[in-house]
Order: sequence, then structure tokens, then C-alpha cells
Amino acid sequence: MSRARAVDALVVGAGHNGLVAACYLARAGLSTTVVERNPYVGGAAVSRSLYPQFTYSNCSYVCSLLRPEIMRTLELPRHGLQVIPYEGGCTMMRDGGHLALYDNHDALYREIARHSKHDAEAYERYSRDMIRQCKFIKPLLLREPPDPTSFKPRDLMELLYLARRFHGLGERGMCDTLRFWTMSAADFLDEYFESEIVKAHLAGSSIIGTALGPRSPGTAYVLLHHYMGDIDDTVGAWGFARGGMGSISNALAASLQESGGEVRTGAGVERILVRGGRAVGVRLQNGEEIAARLVLSNMDLKRTFLESIDLEWLPEEFVSRVRNFKIRGSSGKLNIALDGLPSFPAIPAGAPCIRGDMHVTDTIEMMERAYDDWKAGRWSRAPYIDMLIPSQIDPTMAPHGKHYMSVFVQYCPYELADGPWNDERRRAFGDTVIETIGRQSPDFKKLILHAEIRTPWDIEREVGLTEGNIFQGELTMDQLLFNRPIPGYAQYRTPIRGLYLCGSSTHPGGGVMGAPGANAARAVLRDLGRRMAA
Amino acid sequence: MSDRPDPPAHYREPLLQTPFHARARALSQVDQFTPWSGYTTVDVFTTVEQEYFAIRNAAALYDLTPMSKYRIGGPDAVDFLDRLLTRRASGLAPGRLAYCLWCDDDGHLVDDGTLFRLDETEYRLCAASRQLDWLAASAIGFDVQIDEVTAQIAALALQGPTSCSVLKAAGLVGIEHLKPFQLGRYDCGWPLIVSRSGFTGDLGYELWMEPDHALGVWDRLHEVGRSRGLRAIGSKALNVARIEAGFIAPNIDFIPASHALRANRARSPLELGLERFVDFDKGHFTGRRALLAERERGPRRRLVGLDVGGNKPAHDALLYAERAGRREVGAVTSAVWSPTCKRNIALAMVNWPHCTEGSALWADIYLNRELVWERRMTAARVVDRVFFSPERRRRTPAVDA
Repeated sequence: MSRARAVDALVVGAGHNGLVAACYLARAGLSTTVVERNPYVGGAAVSRSLYPQFTYSNCSYVCSLLRPEIMRTLELPRHGLQVIPYEGGCTMMRDGGHLALYDNHDALYREIARHSKHDAEAYERYSRDMIRQCKFIKPLLLREPPDPTSFKPRDLMELLYLARRFHGLGERGMCDTLRFWTMSAADFLDEYFESEIVKAHLAGSSIIGTALGPRSPGTAYVLLHHYMGDIDDTVGAWGFARGGMGSISNALAASLQESGGEVRTGAGVERILVRGGRAVGVRLQNGEEIAARLVLSNMDLKRTFLESIDLEWLPEEFVSRVRNFKIRGSSGKLNIALDGLPSFPAIPAGAPCIRGDMHVTDTIEMMERAYDDWKAGRWSRAPYIDMLIPSQIDPTMAPHGKHYMSVFVQYCPYELADGPWNDERRRAFGDTVIETIGRQSPDFKKLILHAEIRTPWDIEREVGLTEGNIFQGELTMDQLLFNRPIPGYAQYRTPIRGLYLCGSSTHPGGGVMGAPGANAARAVLRDLGRRMAA
Repeated sequence: MSDRPDPPAHYREPLLQTPFHARARALSQVDQFTPWSGYTTVDVFTTVEQEYFAIRNAAALYDLTPMSKYRIGGPDAVDFLDRLLTRRASGLAPGRLAYCLWCDDDGHLVDDGTLFRLDETEYRLCAASRQLDWLAASAIGFDVQIDEVTAQIAALALQGPTSCSVLKAAGLVGIEHLKPFQLGRYDCGWPLIVSRSGFTGDLGYELWMEPDHALGVWDRLHEVGRSRGLRAIGSKALNVARIEAGFIAPNIDFIPASHALRANRARSPLELGLERFVDFDKGHFTGRRALLAERERGPRRRLVGLDVGGNKPAHDALLYAERAGRREVGAVTSAVWSPTCKRNIALAMVNWPHCTEGSALWADIYLNRELVWERRMTAARVVDRVFFSPERRRRTPAVDA
């Protein structure tokens, strides 16, 4: 080894979860180093400037799920993190109509009632049921999922905790939970709403980042996953990190450094080194070796075990389960610098909903057809887009009078049926998205100054997420809780002693929560007989 | 007001105005408004005390328009209502109305309201909050037509000892013969449906009219009411009167089962002391089985009246079985000093067996005395929660004070 002294903990990947884990470990007194392949920190929570004076949230783009406990303990606000909620959102319809969501309860009622009086009331029942389920699931986020097959006192206590919480839902609530976790979003929404546009608007968050359609079983959970966050205790609220999502990672890196931890960028890991069944460090791409007593991988499950470790150390069944882990690329992203604020004739002038998430898919059928394209190995011809213009709220993202637009695109496959991704196909994919937006905004195209177009293939290459899957693995029941990432290894530990997983491949999954990182750190410290700072 | 779709600019004006708004706005001296079911309504016009005494001493006019109103018709209307409500709808004669409750499958109260039988075939259900989602779900399998008519009907409550006299002076011939929970059609220059009902526990009427007639009726009542002490009141004054009458309010004394987030927060009519409105002999209704089981078991808690010592209202006070404050047995839901009874009264949800009448409890009252907080453990006694129920409330022909 090139370094004389081994670090206590080495974290592979400076994504937000890697940084969160490192922060907690450094605070517990461990000498901690984070190595990052890219010349910048953040992984998929980054802000980059690719066009003069503009800042993009290149990958993840909105914030809600980041655990408040983490923000507080790691003092992220003091290190520069500010999360600003945005109001509502809207779906523009092909016939020129729209549905907007407003924070004001009475405005929201009147807006939905325009489409259906019944749905305006049903929306309250829907919110109630979502909040009920969130109340159950939220306390589980910052806990290790119990192993239901284990008789260890800790697992039994955790199972008991889970059972108590579950029982607290009441009989019907318990049944609802199981339905929630397994149903399709379309079926679920049908139980509340009659209006196509209301269903289409709400179904959006059931497919974001997911290689499933709104009619696929399991998507109702994805809906919940996007609802369970909060900003300042407003459940379901989403906001912008001031300065882009990179502010989260930068604040984490600053917090880490203050605690004595080290971040090394431009230091990609070539191999996680294992001796005698125990992780002993890493070898960087430049050949340098760093010795470590513990290694935490912020990389996803597949990248960690199939690309960074000699398979000889791994049980065969484990390897085959890793191979079978579903981590499919289904999303693309456009980051666009605009010369001005585009107009959207479907939205009444001055309505605050254009400061929120905007959509152009007005039926669930359209979403399902968009998914059909993905299955056939092509990007959606009429994609579902989640489009925001953060510069309306966050003045740091674009020069005065100009705007930054983030466009998340569903669906876009990792592998195309008609050949590999190349510049021409990427451009064609971008054109499809731009045309789609252009149909609702006549001046949009001519305002474009620059566009960064990213396919799942690009996201994999640049961020390191396998297939460009934004959650480091699908959020379906077969891969959640004690099955995430794989049965028997849901507690951040791996078959290799001293090697832990701390990325979103682990419980409770992706979405810029930081919970996997915090939970992994807790598991590490428990193994060392220490307690984590609360 | 028509039922045409809103122009989509609610973000600027989220609240609607009732047909009485122009007059209410002009009378408002303290600019205290509050949203109610999508409408802006008056909390206080002048002072709560003056408005309260209009209810108990003369006549008070209160804008009821935001009440959610549903027209229920169709061949199965009666069967539907009998299934929905805990009391017998089929027993309600045309021209009558009844206070009624509806529960979910677990026997927990969804809401309370009044059911009007306007004629042989048409019913109207009025509730404090929107019920269309619940009604639509309950109507599955019934040949019934449910229409929300909230905006099509303007409504005023006229309550207090001179209310009958005001109506007579306004030209409502024979109004004094209208019995409690009876309704009739009258004329005061504009056609009205009048029901002898209200939320004050006093002599009083509710007036239902077309929105186009609203200002005319309002002006007419004020014209003849001026000499009879009539004044417009806001919801703060009404709230004092309804606590004196022992009436419950949603989200204050109970959480509607359709809104409760936590599984054990919803309350049954038995817990709320409303068992006399539950008819177990009428056949099946939603929640019956759960309520039967609860009756068998005995309720775990009960909403009771409290006679609290001292003169400081026991707002939000926790209740204890002994002065030392160790055994918590319940909490106050509504509290007020009753200016008419000259008693410090409260409604409280109290655990069994401390909810039985006569039980001695201690209320933990926090007092803000010029920013210095004092804690007063105050003796309280469980009493019948109808604190005020004057003879004039029931007498027919109505007293014409």
C-alpha cells in the first residue's frame, strides 16, 4: 500500500449518501476519506455550470425527501443549504385546458371542481390516505429494516416496532398498506377519481424514475415514495435547493471537512481490495492504493459487486441475486438555458403553478403508451415530462431575466432497439422532448440558448448509476424493506466483512433522502460498538 | 349565483362570496372574516359580546349559505337515507326536518347535519362540511339522484327571543304556529322556505331562499328587525351559544371519520353522547354492527358537559382524576364563560368511568397574565351538557316577545 496508515473508513463515491455516511462516521471520530471519480462531488445531486452564468441541477432537480434529522445533525443549513418550497404544479392539456394544484385549500378545491366536483372532494380522501401511509412509513426510513428470518434480539425488537406501527394503522389501514405497496397507480387512482386529467396529473409521480407504466403493479408505491417527503413539516411539499441540488452535496462535503473528513475528487476506484474475506481498501484508477479498515460503497449494488470486486470472494447465490437486481434505465434529462421565460398559453397569466412542476400528459393512457415505446426499445414518442423552471424562485440559477429549465423525461431506454446511443440519436431524443414542450409553448424553441441532453446511457457514464437508474434500483415491493437490495443483506452489510453499502440500492431507496447513508453509518458504528450522533 | 364553472383564476381569489356578502362587508367594523367551505364569512362584526346577546336577548342574523346542501331524490331516496343515517328517514313526514348523523363502517361519526323532507319525493341534506364524496360512495346500488345545491340556495339563521316577532313583522303570516323541526313556505315579499331550527338552542328559524332574493330578504329583516334588536352576528358569537346548547362542532369536539389520519381518533355517536339519534331497530344502516358491539361493550369515553370552577375558560385543558394531576382522564374540547348561565362551562371528552354525571375532575388551566403564565388546577364536575335550553325554544305558538 502506498499510504503508510490505513484510514478507518473509506467511502467510494461522493454522492449525497456517501457524504452523509462519511459525515456521521467522521463525527463519531473515525478517520474518514471519500473518494470520487468525478472532479466534483455530488453524484446525482450536483450543480454544474455548462453554459456561462447558468447553473444546472444536472440530475436530480427537486428536494423533499432529504431527511430533516440529517440536515439538522450535520448542520447543513450552516454549511450553506437552503431548501425553498415551490407552490403546486400543473398539467397542460392537449385541448388547451389545464389542471393546476394550489397550496391554498379553497383555490385547490375550486380548481379540481372545474374538472369534477366529485374529484375535488375525493382529493381530500386521497390526501388523507396518502398521509396515513406516510405516517406509517416515515419512521421506518431512518431505521435498518429488520430481518424477518432472524431471532437476534435487535431484529426481533425492530420487527416488533414495525408490527406496532403497522398495527397502529388499524385493520383497514393495514390492508390498505399491502394494497398500496402492490397495486398499480392507475388502479389506485381509479378508487378515488373520475376525471382523466386529475388522474393523469397525480399518476406522474408513480412512474418517475421507474421502468414501469402507470398500469403496472407496484407503481402506487412509487407515488407514495414521492409523497412522503416534507418541507418544514408540510407533507408532500417539494422545493428547490438554493443554488441547485449540488448545494446539498456541497454542504455535506463542507460538514464532512469540518468534522475532519477528507474528500478526494478525481479519484475513481478501480477495485475494492479484499483479503481473506475482508475489505482492506481500494485501488484507484491511477494505481494508487488506499488502505482502509472499513469500506463503504456509495455505488449501486451492481457496480459494487459486479464491476469493482473480484467475484471469488462472493457466494454464488449472492452474485446471481445481484445480477437479478432490477436497476433499469428509464429516464432522460434535459437541462436548458433560456433567454427568457417561455409562455404557456394553457395557463392563466400570473398563475403561480408555472413556478411548480409542469406536465403535458393529460391521460394515463398517454403515459402507458409512452411506456410501450420504452418496452419496444425506443424513447417515448410522446414522453411524460416533469418540467420546472427553478430560476423563477431561485435567483442564483440564471442571469436576471433569463431562465434555467429542468426537464425530466420518462421514458427513455438504456439500450435502443435500433443500435447504440450516439450523438445523432441523443439529438433526436432531445428534439422529441423539445417538440413536446413546444406544442404547449410557442416561443419556447427560440428561447433556447443551450441544452444539455442526457440519456440513461449518459447518466450511467457520467454519474456511474447502472443503466442510469435514478433510484439505484427499482422501488418495487420485491426490492424494498428487508428485500432491499437483496434478501439477507438488507442491513447495509455484505458477504465481505468490513464492506458496507450506503447508496440508494439499500433501504429506503432513492430520491435524495440521505437515509441510506445515515443508516449505513449507524450499522458501521454499531459493528464498532459505537453510537451515532443524533 | 349560478353553477357555471369558475374562471380559472382562483389563486387570486380562492374564496367565494355569499349572496349576502355586500351587506356583511358593509356592516363589518373589525374586518374579521374566516373561510368556511370555500366562502368568506364573518367571524366578528362588532364585538362578540354584543353579538352574543343579540342571540339570547333579541334576534341574531347569521349567514348560513356555506352549509353544504344536497338535493336527494329518486325512487330509492328513502332507502338510501335509511342506509346512510343512524335514524329512521322513512319516519320523517313531509314538511319536517330532523337532526341526523352518519357513520362509517366502524360506527365512527362522519358528520352531523339536518335532513329536510321538502315534499313526498324530495329530501335535502345540510351539513357543515362537504359530503359529496361520502354520499356518492354510500349511494352505490341505490337508484338515487344526489345534487349539490349549495350555491343555488342562500340561507340565513334568525335566532333569539324576538325572532318570531321579526318574521311576523316581515309578513310571514302564521309563522308563530310553526313547530320545532317543522318547515313551511312563506312570503316576505320574496318566497322563503322557513324551518324552525338552529344551532343556538334557542327559539329560532332558518330561512332558505333563492340567491337572487338574498339581499331583498336581508334588507327586509333588518328594516323590521331594527326595533326588535336584530343584528348580524359572526361565527364567534354563534360558537358561544352552541356550547351553551351542548351542540358539537366538527374538528373541535370530534374529528370527522372521513378526515381522521390516526386510526383511533374518530369517535362514535355513543362516545359523543348522541345515542338518542341512533335507531338500532330500523334495520341496517352504515356502522350499525360496530355501534351494536360498542353498546354491548360500553363506550370507553364520552363527550360530557363540565361545570368548571372559577371564571377562566378551560381552553384545551387536560383533565385529571385528582388534584395532583397524575392520572390523565380526558381533555376539554370547547370551553367558554356562559354569559347567560353565569357559569364557566366546557365540553370535554372524558374516559370511562370518569365521564359519569357528577364525577369530580380537575382541569389544568393555563392562564396568560400579561405574558406571565400561571397554571391553575381547577375543580370541575361532569354535568349534563345542555347548559341552556329555555322554554321558548319549544313552545308553540312561539313566544312573541
